[in-house]
Amino acid sequence: MRQILRDAAFTIRVRLLKCSCLALVAVWLLGLQEVSLAQRPPTIAAAANLNVALTEIAKQFERDRGMRVDVVFGSSGTLTRQIRDGAPFEMFLAADEEFPNQLTSAGLTRDAGVVYAIGRLVIFAPTGSPLVVDERLQGLSRLLQAGRVTRFAIANPDVAPYGRAAETVLRNHGLWDAIRPRLVMGDTIAQAAQFATTGNAVGGLIAYSLVTEPGVADRGRYALIPQTDHAPLRQRMVLLKRATPIVEQFYAYVQGAAARTVLIKNGYEVPQ
Amino acid sequence: MDWAALRVSLWLGAGTIAILLPLGVWFGRLLAVREFKGKLLVEALVTVPLVLPPTVLGFYLLVTFGARSPLGQAFEALVGHSLPFSFQGLLFASAIANVPFVIQPIQRGFEAIPSDVRDAAASCGLTPWQRFARIELPLAWPGVLTGAVLTFAHTLGEFGVVLMVGGNLPGQTRTLSVAIYDRMQAFDDRSAGVMAATLLTISVVTLMTTTALSRRVNPHRA
Repeated sequence: MRQILRDAAFTIRVRLLKCSCLALVAVWLLGLQEVSLAQRPPTIAAAANLNVALTEIAKQFERDRGMRVDVVFGSSGTLTRQIRDGAPFEMFLAADEEFPNQLTSAGLTRDAGVVYAIGRLVIFAPTGSPLVVDERLQGLSRLLQAGRVTRFAIANPDVAPYGRAAETVLRNHGLWDAIRPRLVMGDTIAQAAQFATTGNAVGGLIAYSLVTEPGVADRGRYALIPQTDHAPLRQRMVLLKRATPIVEQFYAYVQGAAARTVLIKNGYEVPQ
Repeated sequence: MDWAALRVSLWLGAGTIAILLPLGVWFGRLLAVREFKGKLLVEALVTVPLVLPPTVLGFYLLVTFGARSPLGQAFEALVGHSLPFSFQGLLFASAIANVPFVIQPIQRGFEAIPSDVRDAAASCGLTPWQRFARIELPLAWPGVLTGAVLTFAHTLGEFGVVLMVGGNLPGQTRTLSVAIYDRMQAFDDRSAGVMAATLLTISVVTLMTTTALSRRVNPHRA
């Protein structure tokens, strides 16, 4: 018995030594990671409807100016909450004006910011879906009456302005109460677009800017919703108090000609 | 493939182990050996992260350490950045979330040692520290190993807390599991697929390695 114990104890001591060495190395490298964090590009927060367009604009910015920004996408509401809780973003591109205005009132921004784009909503039906898309939502209405709407995707109206616009459109057409039990809500408009374009829903009301890419547009059919059917999706951006010079330049770049071209290509209107 | 996210995930796993393992061995043994008043409550508290939704932990961490709370403001004044939305904050959250995964197996490991072995060691004249290092720890080793591996694997898979407390910052708090979600939303199914397969592979290999290791430690049990 003692022999077994002694043998085991020896191998274990060696192993313990190795393990504590590993742990030390790990802690040390974590320290290193801290150093490398300081050199990371500045991070900006953007509403998920910009997923395609802003990624392209950031790439162009890097090519044109030789400077990089990291973009984190989310719903405007979630990002606003995170900024108020201390997230280290230096700039915020929202999907509406209300969320950035909240930050301005809380004294977290440089100034009131500018409107950089006006977004559009589309009704999208993936290939193979029985939904007929049209700007008056008559196809959706018929499908609802026939009881054939299994799932319909919008973004969560509480945190995503595109979701709020979708709710308004559905209410204006008198479809809200009937469709409500059938709604699947994405945390962001990008997630709603994911549901709508992958065939997991019969369709959805999603951002035009997310379906202009050939890879996504090919997944189904869509129709633009008239802008008069909902409050305009005026998208405002703000510099946060901690913004560094690189981000200040990016802020100006988004308002410049190159970025405006990309925004227009992706289905946005841009202010004069 | 998002290499920065893989790195964050692996460091988070390693860091969580580095923090929790020494604590786990000390506290797990304490729970196994000692009887004291309120032990039931302590054991429940230690296990509670296991049954609690990650959102509850995320909520409390954000409310306690967010930029709007006094504690969060004190931390920011001291360190220069807020605890949430930083790697350290993620590590802190991960350490809390993983407490049951490290304590439980270690406690069971120490509980499995018959008390006469401990008495025999004492009557051989070994000091308490020698008894611990030469007799108890080696015998409880499979439990310790299991605790470490479960912690590591669970950290890699953690999603809710990471998203809530970390905020998906590339290179800092974007772990592999969050990166998969992020790529899905960007219609980048290819990258999401590669990363999902990577995570699956790492998890399977980790679990296989543990089983193999614990057999080697305890050959007569295999």
